[in-house]
Amino acid sequence: MAQFQARVFVTLRPSVLDPAGVAVQAGIHHLGYTNVQSVRIGKVVELNLEARDRATAEAQLTQIADQLLANPVIETFRIEVQELAAAAG
Amino acid sequence: MSRTLNVGIVVFPGSNCDRDVAYVTSEILRWPTQLLWHEETNLSDYDLIVLPGGFSFGDYLRCGAIARFSPIMAAVKDHAAAGKWVLGICNGFQILTEAKLLPGALVRNQHLHFICDRVYLRLEAKERPWLQAYGDKTVIRLPIAHGEGCYYADVATLAELEANRQILFRYADAQGNVTPDSNPNGSLNNIAGICNPAGNVLGMMPHPERAADPALSHSPSDHTLDGLQLFKSLLNAAVG
Repeated sequence: MAQFQARVFVTLRPSVLDPAGVAVQAGIHHLGYTNVQSVRIGKVVELNLEARDRATAEAQLTQIADQLLANPVIETFRIEVQELAAAAG
Repeated sequence: MSRTLNVGIVVFPGSNCDRDVAYVTSEILRWPTQLLWHEETNLSDYDLIVLPGGFSFGDYLRCGAIARFSPIMAAVKDHAAAGKWVLGICNGFQILTEAKLLPGALVRNQHLHFICDRVYLRLEAKERPWLQAYGDKTVIRLPIAHGEGCYYADVATLAELEANRQILFRYADAQGNVTPDSNPNGSLNNIAGICNPAGNVLGMMPHPERAADPALSHSPSDHTLDGLQLFKSLLNAAVG
C-alpha cells in the first residue's frame, strides 16, 4: 500500500451565479485593483489516504467527490493526487 | 375511517424546526406524531414523513449534503417510492435535493443576506393533493428564514418542472403577480416549492408550520393559518 495526499478543488458551474464572488470582487475593486474582471469562490478539500496505487486512489477520490464533496447539479471538481514518500521502514 | 395521519418527523443533528412541526401535527391537528432520530430505519408506521428546517450537520460542505447519508434516508427513499407523503421544509427541501428525491439545488441567496420575513406565494398546480384545502385561494403568505434558498436547476430540468406542473409555490406579490421584485432570493422562475412527478414528495423553502396556530390568528383573511391548510390538504387526499 502507498500513501497519497490529494486535493479536490470544487467550483461552481459557470451557469450558477456566485454572489459571494461578486461581493469579493467589489472589495477587490475598492482596494484599487479595478482591473480584476471576475471572481469565483470555490472550496479546496485536502485528503490523506492509503491505496494500492495511484489509479485506485484517483478512482476512489472521483467517487467521493462526485457523491459528496461536490454536487454535480451546481458544481464541478478537479482532483490532484500526490504520492507521499514511503515511511522509513 | 381514520381522520388522522401518522406523522414521523426526522430529527437530524442540527434540526431546529422539528418541534414546531410536531406542535402543529400533534397539538393542533391531534394527529399521532413521532420524532424520529436520524438513525431510525423503519418508517412503516407513518403516512407522512417530514424533514424539518434547521441546520443539519451544521450545514457543513453544503446544506443537506451530509444529512443525505444518515441511515434514515434509505427508508425515506423507500417511503417515497411507495407513494407515501414526504414533506421537506427549508433545510428539509435542501436535503431532498441532495438526496435526488427532488431535482435541482438550493444555493446562496442572490443578495447574500439571510432572510427572515413573510412572503406572498402564488399557488400553482392546484390539482396537486398538497393544495386541496386552499379552496379558491390563489395567494397565501408564509414565513421564510434562510440563507441558501435560491433555487437552481438547468434549463432542461426547469422546462420539465413547468411541463409536469411540479411547481407548487412561486414567490409573488400580494396580488399574485410573479415579479422579479417579489423574488426574495433569486430563485429561478421564482420557485419556492416543487414536488416530484408523482406528487407525493414536496420540498419548499417557506415554513407552513409557522403559520398554523389558531391562537396566533385574528381572522381567516390575515394569512396566519395559511400553513395549516397544507397539512389539512393531505388529510383530504388521504382519506377522501
